[in-house]
Amino acid sequence: MSGTTDTTTGGRPGVPSWLLAPAALGAAFVLLPLVAVVARVDWTDFGSLVTSEASRAALSLSLRTSLVSTLLCLLLGVPMAVVLARLRFPGQGVLRALVLLPLVLPPVVGGIALLYTFGRRGLLGETLEVLGVQVAFSTAAVVLAQTFVSLPFLVVSLEGSLRSGSERYEVVAATLGAGPTTVFRRVTLPLVLPGLFSGTVLAFARALGEFGATVTFAGSLQGTTRTLPLEIYLRRESDVDAAVALSLVLVVVAVVVIGVARPGRAAS
Amino acid sequence: MSAATGGALELVVDVPERDVRVELAVAPGETVALLGPNGAGKSTVLAVAAGLLRTGASRVVLDGQELTGATFVPPHRRRVALLAQEPLLFPHLDVLENVAFGPRSAGAGRAAARDRARHWLAELRVAELAGRRPAAISGGQAQRVAVARALAAEPGLLLLDEPMAALDVAVTPALRQTLARVLADRSVLVVTHDVLDALLLADRVVVLEGGRVTEQGRAADVLARPRSGFAASFAGLNLVAGTWRDGAVVGPGARLHGTVGDDAPAEGGEAVAVFRPSAVAVHDEPPGGSPRNALPVTVTEVEPLGDRVRVRAGELSADVTPHSAAALDLVPGSRVVFTVKATEVAVHAR
Repeated sequence: MSGTTDTTTGGRPGVPSWLLAPAALGAAFVLLPLVAVVARVDWTDFGSLVTSEASRAALSLSLRTSLVSTLLCLLLGVPMAVVLARLRFPGQGVLRALVLLPLVLPPVVGGIALLYTFGRRGLLGETLEVLGVQVAFSTAAVVLAQTFVSLPFLVVSLEGSLRSGSERYEVVAATLGAGPTTVFRRVTLPLVLPGLFSGTVLAFARALGEFGATVTFAGSLQGTTRTLPLEIYLRRESDVDAAVALSLVLVVVAVVVIGVARPGRAAS
Repeated sequence: MSAATGGALELVVDVPERDVRVELAVAPGETVALLGPNGAGKSTVLAVAAGLLRTGASRVVLDGQELTGATFVPPHRRRVALLAQEPLLFPHLDVLENVAFGPRSAGAGRAAARDRARHWLAELRVAELAGRRPAAISGGQAQRVAVARALAAEPGLLLLDEPMAALDVAVTPALRQTLARVLADRSVLVVTHDVLDALLLADRVVVLEGGRVTEQGRAADVLARPRSGFAASFAGLNLVAGTWRDGAVVGPGARLHGTVGDDAPAEGGEAVAVFRPSAVAVHDEPPGGSPRNALPVTVTEVEPLGDRVRVRAGELSADVTPHSAAALDLVPGSRVVFTVKATEVAVHAR
């Protein structure tokens, strides 16, 4: 991959050699725990541990809810990113900051917030109850929790792509007679496809790993709200081997996600 | 394809926040060149015509259809195509699909749109590029494709914003010839910094300075007999503006006799004296008893220009031989006298 240029620290003016040790330490700090998980895996029983009934229920629930919440992220996040990137309106900066709040908000706080919005005594709870809908502690609650924490990933990623120069092409398309919908479909979306793709994959990965908001807002009922991260947390006490095996599954998923949606890959 | 395809444009651009106030018209089939220094408001004029900039007092009428005001017509419904310095071909579409984009947007079927795209690629002499990606063609080729794409949209008005400014000088003459051919009989407004564009592409030029029209007329007339400082420097001519008194143009620190044309200035009226840099001789001191016009100046710049040396003194220039430049020891700051024969000076009313 590397070219003929020497990119080691040799003659790099901005990279003093004392910087290498902490950099290596940091890399080890991130990688070593992954190695530890792999080392701890009970390979002989791996198959049965991962395919036990509880494991399969959790895995299947996680995949289904993550797919639905990723879809919700696309349906809501793409319009949000376009509005934030292309329109100018008062309060836009504040709105952008608030929309990104779930990125830094502790997930358990997000779960509490969702509970007091959609829960039985929540802001919208009574209205929903009249309509015969009970959200809290249902699979729908899992999807809402995952969507809440994942949405900013898609919005941030896509808004960045939208701001990197596709607007000039949109102007040209309009002067060629293309209406806003045609411009969006034939010019904007194809040009931001790499950003949209990596944003979608990141949102999916975040949904798959969601724990705090889910356990607070949706609880932990097997087959209904107990997703893979919740299952791992519970098994950690009773069945360490199963917890480790399921952890490895999520590690592999994470590695694959990073592989296909490496940040910055779209730019090169 | 039929030949005559141009609408009549009436344009009033009024953008107070940019201090631009311009009225201009393009007749059906006419190409108008918009000239002016940077920041004169040329791009603002194009943006208003294209509908990209909306201001209360601006007015755009194309082919009798009001595009502004209460029933503001958005860019995509104006039939006004805009071609910028950069080709801006859609990178995710091949050349053929780029050119077919306009027809497709207008509702043409895929096959019909491609036929039209092939026609225009052939007109621009780039038919062989149809299957290529924009990233795989040269800058000159890309601009040809961009012109084909704009024309395939069958615009009533075509706006060109310095279409050749970003191109290699080696490819501009051929593209200019092609443009002259395909733009004939079209209504076109072209912003340019190139005197050849104005002469070869435009029927008429409009000079914009400081957000106002300072001069307009047939391209050849304006360039031969400029009345604005910008048009004169654009045409490579010297211009001294002043008042017509006793058979001479009297300006600040200058008094020029010249040949008066059909448009003789009135006594006391505004007048301009125009002459070529090559008609100017440079002296140490005013030549005694000569019938020549003499202009005492301070040299600001001395630069080689082909086999001559161009001596600039503020707005004025003189072209002299390297030999006389050396003999006079010309450097910036030298105080010299520019002289020019009255027969070499053209005088117009302003």
